Amino acid sequence: MKLNFVLLEAWNGVRRNVSMVVSVILVTLVSLTFVGSAALLQLQISDMKSYWYDKAQVAVYLCTQYSTLGACDQQEVGAEQIAAVEAQLGSTTLAPYIDKWYFEDHDEAYANFTEQFAGSPVVDLVTPDLLPQTFWVNLKDPTQSAIVFEAVGGMGGVESVIDQRSYLDGIFSMLNAASLTAVGVAVLMLIAAALLIATTIRLSAFSRRRELAIMRLVGASNWYIQTPFILEGVVAATIGSVLACGAIAGIVVFFVDGYLASALPATSFIQLADVWFVFPGLLLAGAVLAATSAYVAISRYLRV
Amino acid sequence: MIRFETVSKVYRSGNRPALHEATLEVKPGEFVFLVGASGSGKSSFLRLILREERASAGLIHVLGQDLGRLSNRKVPAYRRNLGVVFQDFRLLPTKTVFDNVAFALRVLGQSEAYIHDAVPEVLGLVGLGNKENRLPHELSGGEQQRVAIARAVVNKPAILLADEPTGNLDPATSAGIMDVLRNINAAGTTVLMATHDTAIVNDMKRRVVELRDGRIIRDEAGGEYVTRANPIVDVSDSFPTRADSQPIAIEPLDFDPIPAFDPMSPTSEAIDLSYLDGIGEEPL
Repeated sequence: MKLNFVLLEAWNGVRRNVSMVVSVILVTLVSLTFVGSAALLQLQISDMKSYWYDKAQVAVYLCTQYSTLGACDQQEVGAEQIAAVEAQLGSTTLAPYIDKWYFEDHDEAYANFTEQFAGSPVVDLVTPDLLPQTFWVNLKDPTQSAIVFEAVGGMGGVESVIDQRSYLDGIFSMLNAASLTAVGVAVLMLIAAALLIATTIRLSAFSRRRELAIMRLVGASNWYIQTPFILEGVVAATIGSVLACGAIAGIVVFFVDGYLASALPATSFIQLADVWFVFPGLLLAGAVLAATSAYVAISRYLRV
Repeated sequence: MIRFETVSKVYRSGNRPALHEATLEVKPGEFVFLVGASGSGKSSFLRLILREERASAGLIHVLGQDLGRLSNRKVPAYRRNLGVVFQDFRLLPTKTVFDNVAFALRVLGQSEAYIHDAVPEVLGLVGLGNKENRLPHELSGGEQQRVAIARAVVNKPAILLADEPTGNLDPATSAGIMDVLRNINAAGTTVLMATHDTAIVNDMKRRVVELRDGRIIRDEAGGEYVTRANPIVDVSDSFPTRADSQPIAIEPLDFDPIPAFDPMSPTSEAIDLSYLDGIGEEPL
């Protein structure tokens, strides 16, 4: 009976200020959608990192007759120098770090280049002798590329040592910035949501101040007086959170897996199955946010 | 039951204490009037007992509880032992008489079965047995106050506090309210009533505690509102008087009242309203 009465009071509160409740729902929806998007972006970044970092290699470029970089002096790398680098890569010191490595000569490099840039006019300008001979090294732990730099970086005939991960890092830091922006917007929206919920509850309490005053006089417990208001906020915020979850699911299914996946087929994208665990988090965040701000708002009316 | 020991109350904004070293003991079953001019500290007295305020100094014991040590969390449970009635009734306008009284029980989590027993019983006690389903605005002021009293005592409190319960009512209606309060007191409830109403205090012949400027200046059993020893307000010092001052003679009205307008009467059309010209644009 007591619970019924409390629930009835909460429902009456929702009914009495529909427009405020709707705005709470919308603000919660938008803010939690931003929070969820930031989470999705982070998931996508870590997904891409593990995908690409596994493929990323360290390239040891050797001198061509045109190159002036590194140890090069417009001199094609000599056979002894190649043998020296090869010996270094095959040495027992590096063995624990290197998964595998292979050598790519001018013709192979040219073949790969024409394949990669097929259809592009740059192919006509490039001849095999322009492309450096290269040792491609796969590391056991892709973060330890510094070891290769140290071992072969200064050797004769080595133009440069490039960790392909450095190209990826630029992309990832851009994506990170985007997700930080989403988090920043989300935080602002969450503050707005909390204040809006507090205002709604205060209005609701004000419209019921006679009841509240009488409840306090006859000795109703604080729990009894607060609960309808807190429930009112939580119900509104939960509706918003559920809608936000729907929006996130929609983004994943229609935008990411629908549009992005067909536009960028080479990249792996997150699936709905990978992100479901974000939803309970969003629901919980919405409920906790609403309960806290409603509690703070209503406790002003309970001061004795 | 209620014990004040040198209790003072100073409000933050006020320069003058609302209550100054008041000491008082009320025994179980007593009926006590608190009298005094507005601002003399009557309401502060009641608010302190209700624990809406804390005393600035001194000790207040009510029903064995030291109110100075009562934590905010325990105030709701403490208030269940008190019933309160106000001058402005404070009923919920959208709830029926029955629901207004039942509200006090529902918020305490009483069962519906108990409520359906207790509410009609207490409405009978205050003389409203047949008006359960009325809304407050359908009742007279006296009836509304009876509902408020029913709500205050439905929980069977040990103490009933009444802050000018007859302040908005005419003398005849007030007498009816006092009968109800007398019956409640006779059933064992301690009643503490703040009032301005001379006639009621003089009729009831109960204990009278008089406050002036926050001090208890009189406390007598079977007292009246004014005693020779302690006049309530001595205005002779406050106003300049003239030696030749005469009582003002009030002269009777010396004009004929305007005849009542009767739309059904043919003579009504003949009323001359020309004297209203220029008074205003609003129609009568």
